[in-house]
Amino acid sequence: MTKIISPDEAKQNSSFKSALTELLYQLADDDFILAYRGSEWLGLAPHIEEDVAFSSINQDTMGHAAIFYQLLEELGEGDMDVLAHSRPPKERLNAVLLEMVNGTGTYLENPKFDWAYTVVRHYFYTAAKKIKMDSLKNSTYQPLADAAARVSIELFYHMMHWRTWFQQLMLAGGEARTRMEKAIFQVMDEMEGVITLGPKGQEIIKFALIEHDKTLKDRWQAVLSPVFTSVNSIMPESMGMKSGNGRNGEHTADLESALAIMNEVYILDPAANW
Amino acid sequence: MDSTVSYGLLAEDEKHALFIKRIEAGEKIEADDWMPEEYRKTLIKLISMHGISEIMGALPEKEWVPKAPSLKRKLGIMAKVQDEMGHGQLLLRVSEDLMKPYGKNRESIMQDLFSGDLKFHNVFHMEAPTWADAGLIGWLVDGAAIITQTNMLDASYGPYARALKRICAEEVFHAQHGESIIMALAEGTPKQRVMLQESLNRWWEALLMFFGPGDAGTTGTSKQDITIKYKIRTKTNEELRQDFFTKYIPRVLSLGLILPDSTMHFDKEAGKWIYKQPDWGKFKDIIKNKGPKSEERLRLRRISYETNEWVREALGSASAGERR
Repeated sequence: MTKIISPDEAKQNSSFKSALTELLYQLADDDFILAYRGSEWLGLAPHIEEDVAFSSINQDTMGHAAIFYQLLEELGEGDMDVLAHSRPPKERLNAVLLEMVNGTGTYLENPKFDWAYTVVRHYFYTAAKKIKMDSLKNSTYQPLADAAARVSIELFYHMMHWRTWFQQLMLAGGEARTRMEKAIFQVMDEMEGVITLGPKGQEIIKFALIEHDKTLKDRWQAVLSPVFTSVNSIMPESMGMKSGNGRNGEHTADLESALAIMNEVYILDPAANW
Repeated sequence: MDSTVSYGLLAEDEKHALFIKRIEAGEKIEADDWMPEEYRKTLIKLISMHGISEIMGALPEKEWVPKAPSLKRKLGIMAKVQDEMGHGQLLLRVSEDLMKPYGKNRESIMQDLFSGDLKFHNVFHMEAPTWADAGLIGWLVDGAAIITQTNMLDASYGPYARALKRICAEEVFHAQHGESIIMALAEGTPKQRVMLQESLNRWWEALLMFFGPGDAGTTGTSKQDITIKYKIRTKTNEELRQDFFTKYIPRVLSLGLILPDSTMHFDKEAGKWIYKQPDWGKFKDIIKNKGPKSEERLRLRRISYETNEWVREALGSASAGERR
């Protein structure tokens, strides 16, 4: 398929545009919600150095969400802030894994957050995102291919960061190992939801916007498998979508409460300039 | 090397005299240089408090990071709070070097924070209940910080002076970030303007207190004389407060805001701002962790410290493994 080089060109082919916007909502919503979950850790990370590093990653991730919302705005989907703040949960296409709470309590009260879960979730997600970005560099939608190239550069550092944590905590043995192994199973139970391209997957693939999700999954396993070996462990074979398929608009109460927090000021007056 | 050897042979009072001569000449003192006990202790107290305040200062803003009302604002406040944590990290490292002779480290700093021995800045004990507070902290609290820190850019202690240079450069961006939020509110709807005025009213007293008491008579103690003597800073608390007024009062008024102190005016003859003193008794309570949010914010840090204990243990064993 020939490259579509501009939003105007994309708008002329409604089935192409529909597949493209579907994919963009997945990418934008994934980053938007995970950047939020990450930012809840602010001031609560295991040490100050990590607080600095993690907030830099969250900032990048929120920046990526903004890039994808911007692409949607250019396609006539509406103002990027409205897209980020106003869509109800059932219209959100993020993977359920990424909306799940960090632990018990809230980010302001009694936060008993689980660092093992955070490390595993961020590492596995970042690996999947990097694979998607690499595939998107050849996307038939040129503005998305360009965006993916920019995002991909930052992901190199995110990957290094999370891989280091993953290996250190897995190799530490004792309580850390136990917690990490538990977190791995929790994350794998939902990981399919990150990789799947959802109900319009066939269309997305047909227009060569990104490669087949089966291909992406194989690559993801090929990246992670040696890392498991390096920490004397074996990657679980199966992954699932135990709590629903976010690409279908299926979500948990965790998303609802997160959106209520993120929108609190915005909805005071959505028309106002903030 | 010669001078180091001979320095070691000197008597205490000779070392002291040489030290004073060095700072009088504008030389910078480095971490491994000889320094009077009083100087070291003053620096540890000052820099640890500064560092931990940057870190505790992330907590009132933390609340507003996810709530920022647009993607642009979300990114702006995320970047700002990250910088603050970075400043905290940088300063704690400077402080940790100074503590080494006492066998103290990061762990001791955190324990001192939890026990109340290490204070954090009065402004970070206060409530920040609206989005306007997020803007006001950036604009006026960071603005005040720029004024006190600029005053120490030429501090006699080299590592602190260098850290402050970097911090001040970033604080300028924070003040701009805050000012931009404030401008949007000031030019916004009537509700937004009310939100802004209420925030200014709420923060006024804390901002006056920011620079500390005018003299030791106000609160019983003040370190400003010692820090001036050792050329860590140049101006007094009151001079800094006056600088703050001169810079910000015209800006506050130009936004159409009402000064929370109706008696405030500039006395041309005396060449200074006349204002109503804050309640310094309250200030003393606040810095003893009896402010409106002191306990809640300390609790957040304590919970994180306890919840992540297993991580620190794991890192300890991992680095022990590497050493083996």
